[in-house]
Amino acid sequence: MDFSSRKKKTVLSIIAIVVTIFHFMPFYILMTTASKAKGDFSSKWVFPSTINWSNFTEAWQMASLGNSLWNTTVITFFAAILLIVFGSMAAYPLARRQTKLNKFMYMFFISIMVVPPLAALVPLYQLVVDIGLMNTRTVAVLNNVAAFLPLTIFLYAGFIRSTIPKSLEESARIDGASTVGIFFRIVFPLLKPVTASVLIISCVFIWNDYQFAIFFLQDQSVQTMTVALSKFFGANTNNLNLVAAAAIIAMLPMVVLFLFLQKYFIKGLASGSVKG
Amino acid sequence: MSMQIKKPAKIGRHSSLWWMYLPAFLFVAFFIVYPFLDGIRISFTNWNGFSQNSDFVGFQQYTRMLTDPDTWTVVRNTLLYGIGSTIFQNVLGLGYALLLNQSIKFKAITRTIVYLPVIISPLIMGYIWYFFFAYQNGALNDVLMGLGLDKINALGNPDLNIWIIVFVNTFQFVGIAMIIYLAGLQSISKDFYEAADIDGATSFQQFKNITLPLIMPSVTINMVVNIIGGLKLFDVIISLTGGGPGNSSQSMSTFMYDLYFARQDAGYAATQGVLMMIIILILSFSALIYFRRKEVEA
Repeated sequence: MDFSSRKKKTVLSIIAIVVTIFHFMPFYILMTTASKAKGDFSSKWVFPSTINWSNFTEAWQMASLGNSLWNTTVITFFAAILLIVFGSMAAYPLARRQTKLNKFMYMFFISIMVVPPLAALVPLYQLVVDIGLMNTRTVAVLNNVAAFLPLTIFLYAGFIRSTIPKSLEESARIDGASTVGIFFRIVFPLLKPVTASVLIISCVFIWNDYQFAIFFLQDQSVQTMTVALSKFFGANTNNLNLVAAAAIIAMLPMVVLFLFLQKYFIKGLASGSVKG
Repeated sequence: MSMQIKKPAKIGRHSSLWWMYLPAFLFVAFFIVYPFLDGIRISFTNWNGFSQNSDFVGFQQYTRMLTDPDTWTVVRNTLLYGIGSTIFQNVLGLGYALLLNQSIKFKAITRTIVYLPVIISPLIMGYIWYFFFAYQNGALNDVLMGLGLDKINALGNPDLNIWIIVFVNTFQFVGIAMIIYLAGLQSISKDFYEAADIDGATSFQQFKNITLPLIMPSVTINMVVNIIGGLKLFDVIISLTGGGPGNSSQSMSTFMYDLYFARQDAGYAATQGVLMMIIILILSFSALIYFRRKEVEA
């Protein structure tokens, strides 16, 4: 390696370090804030001499984070299962049977991706009241499934078209397998990589959802992490250190998951985008 | 008659198998299409959001919307959020991707830290930056006071708060643009650059004539995804400014929320919803068509 390219490498490495520090900075501020006692107005850039761990236990109890964590987990889990089953099932004929109806339906699902759910907030709210699902975890599951089905179908259809060989299905058909059998026994198991992408992308969004939750899950017994946190912020504007501790607790499960499964998070996104 | 003699398997192979997407269709029809259509009906009424009855008022809410100065503040903000975030996320995302596509040290950790906010709730990300920008004891003002300068009320300043929201949204989602560009860059064959080196092309010429045309598909995806995301912005605004002061940082989403829940003005909120829908459809489809055409040219 000659001198100039080594110098270039050093400069670029320094830029990368600066970028990293800049992007880490808000998390550093979050940590210093969360570790200060109430009424400690010292600079946010330095940690206190003793870390005030009681912020975390107080926040956990006062914001009822345990209950919210459970609600968020249940909602994300059931929404993910429904998304995978209905999404992959829907994608199969849309990818394989190019009838006029199916071409139209594919366009229909794709166009829905653009629709902002909040644009229909008023009637959606009324609908949820009418069917008696206000303040139930069920409505959060159903809404999230509807909101993410188009993207899920898009990802599955792209994968089936480009990766699953048709010959597999044809030989199964000759052996007398039914369409249902072909789909669930032969095609579905081959969809593992894209199922991982779907899971990662949709779970992150559903776990972090606030737009639906703030309307439909106001009651404390069903509230999710984001709703709990926004209420907690509203009630504790004079003690933001406590809010910071709650924010760390709320984001921790996803951060840990991300750090362990980072490869899949990034691969899922990249492959989803290349297929598109 | 001849149809019936055909092998059943043949017919099966050409059927639409519509029952397989029926559940998905019902979900979308019931929770997205129906509310959207019902929203158009409500936009022609003066419904308050909870009363049993409401009157049909024709285009009254629409004329009200067009003459309401708040509408234009909110539309302007929404466009700034959408277009501003899209530009910054793409420029920065491409820059980071080019950086990480080199053989440099600490690459993995840079990628991890830049991507991290993507998986965190935008609401929480807003609170995190609130600790930075807050007037009282915010991290930014700690620095300014340390330097002997005046404190600034960044979130309470109507000229500044919009740009802070654009900044926070960019910060949060630049990781997505970065990863998509990085995947695009890594799919380009090294042969192109070697040939260009032999021809004596400068780095800038190589970027302009090889890299950029070949990553156009990534540009399309990023532009469309970012513009839709930016125009729908809601959570970050709630946690940073709540739409204020006044309506100065309100987006169409937060404005509608306010109209419906705080002001019991459901009919008008639905009218704003229709406008939001129209704006998002026009912008995202024009972005899609424009960049798809660029891809073909390239």
